[in-house]
Amino acid sequence: MSAYKTYVTDVLIVGAGLAGERTAVEAAENGLDSIILSLVPPRRSHSTAAQGGMQASLGNCAMGEGDNPDIHFQDTVKGSDWGCEQDVARLFTETVPIAVRQMSHWGVPWNRVVAGKKTLPDGRELEEKKEKEGLITARDFGGTAFWRTCYTSDGTGHTLQYAMDSLVLKHGCTVHDRIEAISLIHDGEKCIGVVARSLRNGELIVYVAKSTVIATGGYGRLYGASTNAVINEGSGMFIAQDTGIVPLGNMEAVQFHPTGIVPVWILVTEGARGDGGYLLDKNHHRFMPDYEPKKKELASRDVVSRRMTQHIRAGYGVESEHGPHLWLDIRHLGKEHIYTNLREIANICKNFAGIDPANELIPVRPTQHYSMGGVRTNADGHAYGLKGLFAVGESACWDLHGFNRLGGNSLAETIVSGMVVGKKVSEYTLGASLEYSEQTIKDEVTKQENRIKDLISGKNGNENVYKIRGEMEQTLMNYVGIFRKGEDLQTAVDKLQELHQRAQKVGLQSSGEGANPELASALRIRGMVRLALCISYGALQRTESRGSHAREDYPKRDDENWLKRTLAYWPEGAELPQLDYEPVTITELPPGDRGYGEHAG
Amino acid sequence: MGNRTLTFKIFRYNPQKPEVKPYMQEYKLEEVSGMTIFVALNKIREELDPSLMFDFVCRAAICGSCAMVINGRPTLACKTLTKDLPAKISLLPLPVFKLVGDLAVDTGTWFRDMAIKTEAWVHTTKEFDPTALEERMDNKTAQEIYEPDRCVECGCCVAGCATANIRADFLGAAGINRVARFMLDPRDERSPEEYYEVVGAEEGAFGCMGLMACDDNCPMEIPLQTQLSFVRRKMLAQGLKLKTEKVAL
Repeated sequence: MSAYKTYVTDVLIVGAGLAGERTAVEAAENGLDSIILSLVPPRRSHSTAAQGGMQASLGNCAMGEGDNPDIHFQDTVKGSDWGCEQDVARLFTETVPIAVRQMSHWGVPWNRVVAGKKTLPDGRELEEKKEKEGLITARDFGGTAFWRTCYTSDGTGHTLQYAMDSLVLKHGCTVHDRIEAISLIHDGEKCIGVVARSLRNGELIVYVAKSTVIATGGYGRLYGASTNAVINEGSGMFIAQDTGIVPLGNMEAVQFHPTGIVPVWILVTEGARGDGGYLLDKNHHRFMPDYEPKKKELASRDVVSRRMTQHIRAGYGVESEHGPHLWLDIRHLGKEHIYTNLREIANICKNFAGIDPANELIPVRPTQHYSMGGVRTNADGHAYGLKGLFAVGESACWDLHGFNRLGGNSLAETIVSGMVVGKKVSEYTLGASLEYSEQTIKDEVTKQENRIKDLISGKNGNENVYKIRGEMEQTLMNYVGIFRKGEDLQTAVDKLQELHQRAQKVGLQSSGEGANPELASALRIRGMVRLALCISYGALQRTESRGSHAREDYPKRDDENWLKRTLAYWPEGAELPQLDYEPVTITELPPGDRGYGEHAG
Repeated sequence: MGNRTLTFKIFRYNPQKPEVKPYMQEYKLEEVSGMTIFVALNKIREELDPSLMFDFVCRAAICGSCAMVINGRPTLACKTLTKDLPAKISLLPLPVFKLVGDLAVDTGTWFRDMAIKTEAWVHTTKEFDPTALEERMDNKTAQEIYEPDRCVECGCCVAGCATANIRADFLGAAGINRVARFMLDPRDERSPEEYYEVVGAEEGAFGCMGLMACDDNCPMEIPLQTQLSFVRRKMLAQGLKLKTEKVAL
């Protein structure tokens, strides 16, 4: 084994998006040292791409009047199709107004209430009150009873991340960017840190810490068409699962966003519909009111995505060389509104589709967008199976979202989970001591060094990593999409099992020297295929429909058998995940009719 | 779309292997409809040369990772369509920033140093009160802060700046724009004297030679010239005030 650099700290955070950085700030405020590892400079994290906003029941704007955390709680639980942890949802909805105000204190230029009368695009009239002027305003989003989504134009994630990162700078938290955690170091009971690979020069580095926090975001890039950034490959999830003792929760719960731009799959924020945009079919007919007369375009995301797919299947899609799509129409919102409140969208349409949305229709189709599942933790963010391991944000499943996340609840979750879990991490770390055996670290480093050597030498085979990856992406796209059925899911599982075998026979075509990008992909591929198997196999076993998991062969929600969470373990040497189940925590709102049709919301 | 064959000439150098001198490598690709430099580079890596280094993250012109010099002009690669370029395309890494390898440069460290130097966070003596309502702000003020806050720190303005190419300590348009963002923010309690310390010298607002390539090159179309004038005007007033006080002494 060659010499390696070692860093020791109190709290090690893997991922510098909003959840990771908010955790670091909390640790710093508790007097703890931290190191944040990130694939990219923090301000490039995928959190910055979140456009629409952050839900908090401030109730400042006219259409938010009367809102409160109770109603936000109910919307979240219904939205989750009763799959979420209600104690977590309660804590979340109570904390999020404080989080929004704190972000304001830290510099986020939230859009504010402007007093006066306004006419909405659909003709409704409202009046913003003088006494609320200058307070944080909100826009409408899907699946919410009130206008609750706080925003800065359509660059909300950007302004939040920049403000959060400014706090990280102010506190002097250490950030190591272009560093990738490739495995967890643990002794079977406690997590000790990670082995990481530098994306600057390829060297292996050991990070030892009293507590380790996974904050690596989602796995969107397992799918061929995803709104996610290219770095969203689920790495934190598979290095946790790779321990064999930490399970992933509800991996079959995958969100498709109704409006990805065809064919580049870049997101158009839900704010476009929240602000009054319509979905049109090939005849320019506004079809959503036919299916969802009450919530129309603003039913929950899973509902809108299903209705769009159903409408395309019925022959109303617009044919194109990239397959059928529908239109998003925001022309009636007017130039001024589009170029200020939906400005990034206008830019994206111009840059990537050559379209001016003030005059033209935007081609859209539901696109993979969000991972409800992730590293299963308790309500403190402490991972199942290993002491000293925590997870926050999209990479975690403390389970705020169950089987469908509401728009505007993900940015909100990143910050609230950073606050809440950051506090628990701090409490744990202050009471923990740094005890570990040097041998445990050496063993893990040697294991990773051998993996790298074998990939470079082609000892196990010469499978091409990009080919395996492409086939995995297509398998999920073709067989594990918005509507699912048993035979398709079985096809996916079979194909992915073959890919899992092949992923262990990858050999590099290039030298693998230094910061070689092919080696980076090769180190991830096995873990990525395993996540794809967790999604497909979990979906195959779950013989009901709940939230985003829509089985055509089992169209009804089945609370008697399936009001439970999937836990997916990967024991060493296994060819399939080992599935276990646990009950869902229901504290306040018993399962009821969410409505898949007219009253969906 | 006509079936053009595109010829890419790409800068190659790995600082880990200094014995191999920098060179330009040629790759040929068939153009497809809607092709961007993001699509092209990934195709080259996956099909022709898996060792090629470059950076992309959001691929939607939101994150600022992929700036490079494309046919002589610094811009974001993800939003550059090949159909807007001739069939010969040259790609170089951004100058000024430290090279990671091939087309990848370390903008992250540069921007972090700049943010620390300018103390780019809200300076306030107020404590956050979790039980209180938020402080009010005029919506117009919020929008004015958002304008410079939209900077994605891609580095195009710095790479195309004559001063930044000569002086390593120059804050560049991005740095001055970042300072403008906090000057505009009523929550920031720094006085003109304090800002003068940060941007009142040659490495700040007065280092600019006024060529304004930054304004032309900004992919976010932030009015950098306006932000620079705003900061200069403020600093000039403060500078004159200091001078008058000195004379009075």
